[in-house]
Amino acid sequence: MMRFTWLLLLVCAPAMAVIDGHKYPFDNAEDQARFAQLAEDLRCPKCQNQNLADSNAPVAADMRDKVYELLQDGKSDDEVVGYLVARYGDFVRYNPPVRLDTLLLWASPVVLLGLGLLLIALLRGQQGTVNKALSPEEQARLAEIKARLEQESDK
Amino acid sequence: MNRALLFIPLVIFALMGVVFWIGLGIEDKTSLPSPLINKPFPDFELGVVEDGRTLTTADLKGQPALVNVWATWCPTCKAEHAFLNTLAAQGVRIIGINYKDDLAKAKDWLAAYGNPYAYNLSDPDGMLGLELGVYGAPETFLIDADGIIRAKHIGDLNPRVWSTLGQTFEALK
Repeated sequence: MMRFTWLLLLVCAPAMAVIDGHKYPFDNAEDQARFAQLAEDLRCPKCQNQNLADSNAPVAADMRDKVYELLQDGKSDDEVVGYLVARYGDFVRYNPPVRLDTLLLWASPVVLLGLGLLLIALLRGQQGTVNKALSPEEQARLAEIKARLEQESDK
Repeated sequence: MNRALLFIPLVIFALMGVVFWIGLGIEDKTSLPSPLINKPFPDFELGVVEDGRTLTTADLKGQPALVNVWATWCPTCKAEHAFLNTLAAQGVRIIGINYKDDLAKAKDWLAAYGNPYAYNLSDPDGMLGLELGVYGAPETFLIDADGIIRAKHIGDLNPRVWSTLGQTFEALK
C-alpha cells in the first residue's frame, strides 16, 4: 500500500519547466508542454537568432515570465503570441503569418523552384531538337528529296 | 534566343547580389520596427524616482514629449546623457523611464550627471518596458499631446539622430 502511495505521488508530481535556472512549475504536463513549445517558437528580440528557450538575455527572461503568467491566466497559445507580437512586432515569431508584405518570403521558394524547372525544361527541349531522330514522315520526305536529286543529276 | 537562356543564372546571381548589397547597406540591423507607432501609450501606474508620487498614463498628456528609457547599468545611456541635457536646455520635454534599475543608483546618477527629465518613472521589474516592447536601453519614444506614440528610436540620441527625429518632434507641436 505504501509503495502504491509513493507511485501515486510520483504520477501526481507537478510538471515543471526549467530554463536558464528559472523554474516554471505547472499543474499539468499539457500546459508545461505548451510553455516549452512557445519558448521554442518565440524569438528573442535582443539576441536576434535565439529563441526564448535558448536565450539568457534579460529581456528574454522577462518575456518567458510573461508567457508563463499568461498561460497561468488560462490564455490560449494564439493569445500569448498575439500579446508579444502587439508589443515587439512580427520579429518575435519564427513562423511569420502569410500576408501581402510577407508574400515574397513565402512565395520565393516556390517561384524559384518553378523558374529552375522551367529553365531545365527549356534547355532540354532545345537539346532535343538538335539530336532527335527523324520521324517516319520526315524519313519519307528525305528519301523523296534524295530520289529527286538523283533524277536531276542523272539528266 | 537559346543561347540567351544560358545567361539566366547570371541574371539571378546579379539580382541576388543587388539584394544582398542593399541588405549590407542597412545601417542598423538591430533596430526593429515597433508595432506601437500611432498607438496610445500603454497604461501604467508607477512611482516617480525623484519624489515617490504615483503617476498614470493620463499624466503624459498635454504636450508632446520624448519618453526616454534608461538605466544606470546601460553604458550607452551614459553616452547620450549629455545630449539629453542639451535638449532639455532647449526646452524639449523629456520624461524618463528608469528601466530595471535600482532606485538609489538612479538618484545618484541624476545628481551626478544632471537631470534633463521632467520626471522619471520607476520601472524596477521592467513591466512598463515589456508593454512598450523595450529590448535594449536606451530607447526613446516620441509622444504627441494626446499621449499617442508617434515615433521610436532605438539606441542613443545624438545630434545626427536628432537632425531627423527633431523634425518629427517639431511637427507634433
